[in-house]
Amino acid sequence: MGGKQDPTANGSPKSESMGAKKASPDLLNSSFSFKSLKLKTKQQELLLRVSILGLVYVLAFIARLFSVLRYESMIHEFDPYFNYRTTLYLTEKGFYEFWNWFDSESWYPLGRIIGGTLYPGLMVTAALIYWTLRFLRFFVHIREVCVLTAPFFASNTTIVAYFFGKEIWDTGAGLVAAALIAICPGYISRSVAGSYDNEAVAIFALLLTFYLFVKAVKTGSLSWALGSAFGYFYMVSAWGGYVFIINLVPLYVLVLLITGRYSMRLYVAYNCMYILGMLLAMQIRFVGFQHVQSGEHMGAMGVFLLMQVFYFLDWVKYQLNDTKLFQTFLRITVTSAILVGGIALGVGTASGYISPWTGRFYSLLDPTYAKDHIPIIASVSEHQPTAWSSFMFDYHILLFLFPAGLYFCFKRLSDATIFIVMYGLTSLYFAGVMVRLILVATPAVCLISAIAVSATVKNLTSLLRTKQKVPQTGSTKGVGSSKSSSKVTLDQSQPFQKNGAIALLVGVFYLLSRYAIHCTWVTSEAYSSPSIVLAARGAHGNRIIFDDYREAYYWLRQNTPTDAKVMSWWDYGYQITAMGNRTVIVDNNTWNNTHIATVGRAMSSYEDEAYDIMRSLDVNYVLVVFGGVTGYSSDDINKFLWMVRIGGGVYPVIKEPDYLVNGEFRVDKGASPKMLNCLMYKLCYYRFGELVTEYGKPTGYDRARGVEIGNKDIKLEHLEEAYTTSNWIVRIYRVKPPTNRL
Amino acid sequence: MMNLSRSVALISLFLLPLLSFSFSVDNPTDRRVLVLLDDLSLKSSHSIFFSTLKSRGFDLDFKLAEDSKLALQRYGQYLYDGLIIFAPSTERFGGSLDSKSIADFVDSGRDLILSADTSASDLIRGIALECGVDFDEDSSAMVIDHSSFSVSDVDGDHTLIAADDLVKSHAILGKTKIEAPVLFRGVAHSLNPTNNLVLKVLSASPSAYSANPSSKLSSPPQLTGSAISLVSVMQARNNARVVISGSLQLFSDKLFRSGVQKAGSPNKYEKSGNEQFATELSKWVFHERGHLKAGSLVHHRVGETDEPAIYRIKDDLEFSVEILEWSGKSWEPYVADDVQVQFYMMSPYVLKTLSTDKKGLFHTSFKVPDVYGVFQFKVEYEKLGYTTLSLSKQIPVRPYRHNEYERFIPTAYPYYGACFTTMAGFFVFSFVYLYHK
Repeated sequence: MGGKQDPTANGSPKSESMGAKKASPDLLNSSFSFKSLKLKTKQQELLLRVSILGLVYVLAFIARLFSVLRYESMIHEFDPYFNYRTTLYLTEKGFYEFWNWFDSESWYPLGRIIGGTLYPGLMVTAALIYWTLRFLRFFVHIREVCVLTAPFFASNTTIVAYFFGKEIWDTGAGLVAAALIAICPGYISRSVAGSYDNEAVAIFALLLTFYLFVKAVKTGSLSWALGSAFGYFYMVSAWGGYVFIINLVPLYVLVLLITGRYSMRLYVAYNCMYILGMLLAMQIRFVGFQHVQSGEHMGAMGVFLLMQVFYFLDWVKYQLNDTKLFQTFLRITVTSAILVGGIALGVGTASGYISPWTGRFYSLLDPTYAKDHIPIIASVSEHQPTAWSSFMFDYHILLFLFPAGLYFCFKRLSDATIFIVMYGLTSLYFAGVMVRLILVATPAVCLISAIAVSATVKNLTSLLRTKQKVPQTGSTKGVGSSKSSSKVTLDQSQPFQKNGAIALLVGVFYLLSRYAIHCTWVTSEAYSSPSIVLAARGAHGNRIIFDDYREAYYWLRQNTPTDAKVMSWWDYGYQITAMGNRTVIVDNNTWNNTHIATVGRAMSSYEDEAYDIMRSLDVNYVLVVFGGVTGYSSDDINKFLWMVRIGGGVYPVIKEPDYLVNGEFRVDKGASPKMLNCLMYKLCYYRFGELVTEYGKPTGYDRARGVEIGNKDIKLEHLEEAYTTSNWIVRIYRVKPPTNRL
Repeated sequence: MMNLSRSVALISLFLLPLLSFSFSVDNPTDRRVLVLLDDLSLKSSHSIFFSTLKSRGFDLDFKLAEDSKLALQRYGQYLYDGLIIFAPSTERFGGSLDSKSIADFVDSGRDLILSADTSASDLIRGIALECGVDFDEDSSAMVIDHSSFSVSDVDGDHTLIAADDLVKSHAILGKTKIEAPVLFRGVAHSLNPTNNLVLKVLSASPSAYSANPSSKLSSPPQLTGSAISLVSVMQARNNARVVISGSLQLFSDKLFRSGVQKAGSPNKYEKSGNEQFATELSKWVFHERGHLKAGSLVHHRVGETDEPAIYRIKDDLEFSVEILEWSGKSWEPYVADDVQVQFYMMSPYVLKTLSTDKKGLFHTSFKVPDVYGVFQFKVEYEKLGYTTLSLSKQIPVRPYRHNEYERFIPTAYPYYGACFTTMAGFFVFSFVYLYHK
């Protein structure tokens, strides 16, 4: 049934993306039709460009609406629920209450200062849109605003991509870049309607900052640098990924310094951007003084100081005409500068004033670091190293257009292309380390690929045209003239050139149309699932919806005391507080490892030991996610080893080998005794032994793991089953009070 | 007229359950007590004990333990507030009664006096086990004590014990000291070490042991010395009270009246301590004494009266709680100097002893610690013999708001000065640089 929808939805992106790529060839054809309107070529071009951009803008928005059509207008996944909850609070209580919000419903009993531990950019943006709409008398619900924030910003990103492409190459590349990024799966995966997460606005802010900075370096204008600083401020307010900017930009400056491309423009752009950006970023409470105190930001400061030294030396060189004297002076200054900088860094680090790099940063530089040292980072699925298949899945043809684009960039090296090359290479490395960072690399990959597409198509079409009007080529095509003129010279010698060019163009269009089809397919099949509502295909190809999560959360909301504390693995914390409106022990903001480890310990202990832990945390309900009936594989049993590892990381009484048999994780009869009797196993498989899940299989057959469970006779002593959803995906247990007479 | 009569009827309908339900939070003393006997002759042989109960206003309902119409509840309502089981040899209760329904009776907050004797049945042992008491497994065993037996023990097997090792608690045994030893003849029991709700009221002396007096001892006795409990009490978490005695004779008229002289002791008493002991114990078990009631926990900032929804760190607050004691007839102010309040988040951050105004109000004031989180006011009052008070109230504590910090710090004035002079200097410098020459 779902497949039937595809062609209709497919039609528009395909035609439009192709239209965008046809920008330059269309110019030629359409000019005839527009002749009657008596528009000049420039005007025609402008009209075309604006209409293409407009179409791309709309396309980027509607391609992300699959999830709304398939399911409903709802918030997806885990983190977006927190963002939604905070946005709701912001719109209801105003900014100051939000800023000072102490949330007593999460991380019981520690609580969480929301205002000081989040990036408020996303919520403020959504609230501003909401207030604007209300001011314009559009009375929408805040949820609709939140759902559509990500597509809206994805559309805005295409505009920025256009200008960025224009800046580094030409308008053609800009249009292609806008079209590519509009439907690139790597970006869509984090910006479909309902994916109300920081990344939704952050990619826009990231690209905007880079664009404005490149513009500032190109023009040397203070105002562009100022704009870039504000872009950086927005990025800092929106996402922790701003660290990428504050490291990439200095790296870029350093490379320019080393390659002898230092200029006054660079000096103005970087100093203004760094100083103002840093001061602005300090206004975000969560970031605070990190720019001057944390190891991750020290590179930017070092480069800033280096620039001053550079400038000073330049000045001294200008003052001293004696080269020999200058050489000595240079040596002394550089040595002392490095010495002072080194001592400052050493003292700062040793005294604890400059904090060392965080685990996340380490794990980016050394992909094996998290696995050995910080299980909580390694346990997150989106922090896993990227598989090749997901590169192919998310980039498709961009994967081999990227090297071609790099080739073109190196062919025509400028400050701007150096930037995009560096951005592309570094982000692609990070994308290889962590799955989620594919998102950061996507704009760079799209831009560089756009250069490849645009330059190739332009060359080929100019070949086609030079065949007819050989003498004009050099003058009409300012851009890439050397290329085309060299082709022109070749042209004379090769007889099948025109046919070859046509064949190549057809090939390019074929590839691009495949890309469009792939992107639409991926968007509709893979990235538009809200993950809170699960869908499966039935035996007859019909769609089966599992709405168990919401069922369970609404049960909690309706049937438990308002001050009840719910213990679950941290993945479900945000959803429980947002939808169930109940206090949780741990949630997705994994700031306190010990607290999470305590929950992990409770889950992996025997029931009576776990009972003591739960009593000490005042737990009233325990919630587990179980996929044994439906075959849903990302349930708590499959996550269980991480609970053991994280629990064991803090409490050495929990040992991973106790839960394994010959290094193998099993739940059937061969499982280890500790595994068969730990709390998580008992809660998941309670009463499961009586159930026939699949025809022709024994009772207690776990469909998610494909085995018959090992402990079918589970008795609970301190807990009792309170609620199990219709497909057994969520099971809730009540913690009994201590026995009356014992 | 019609209306009036109807409303009267309605009011009486509403009042009826209130009137008939005498055992309530406001009036904790039991009124209706079921007495189960395995022989109706016990009614006369233990008449003093029963008559003291009756004289204190208890409504005793004597039934044979085998009575087929026995029922503790009807239509989900309990018919009795208390239960006395003087039926040590009963193997099976009549009617719907079994050990589980008696456990449920206790779990519903009602009280129980259980007396075993030599050759107590498995049923009685089972009920005792539910309350954390293990009777000696040997059904013919008795407590034997060759040094603190009663001289009036004519049989010479030293099974009539003169015990005087009583628990020191005014709440349980009353203010008047029990001078005379308590006579005891019966079976020994020990307490379940993992159960901390049960305690010995009458312990055996160190020289006592549990064995069959008529046969020769072939192996060392399992229960010896002061590990042997003669009479124990258990106060459940819901403050239901249970007395378990190893001797039925302890409550009998014969031992109530008999004189006592402990072997090797020159003191001779006209009357044994049994009557006083049993009476005082029954007062405790039926909530005539040692029953506390606490009002809600009241707290507010100093100088305010309303309870805030949230505190800020370093707020000064006042805390109070009203605790009353049931005197058997009315609620009197409870006076003690050991009631404490905790300001608790995973561990107590503040632990203060409350001072009392002698009118039942306990209060204190303290400063909220410099830690934010979800705190609880906790009053955990566990005093021997008294009902356990376990009260808690959750209250979050937030950090400072953005505008609650000190605005201008005196020590930072040099920095403010530096900042503004730099700004002014830059301004002047720009003018000089731009317009000089």
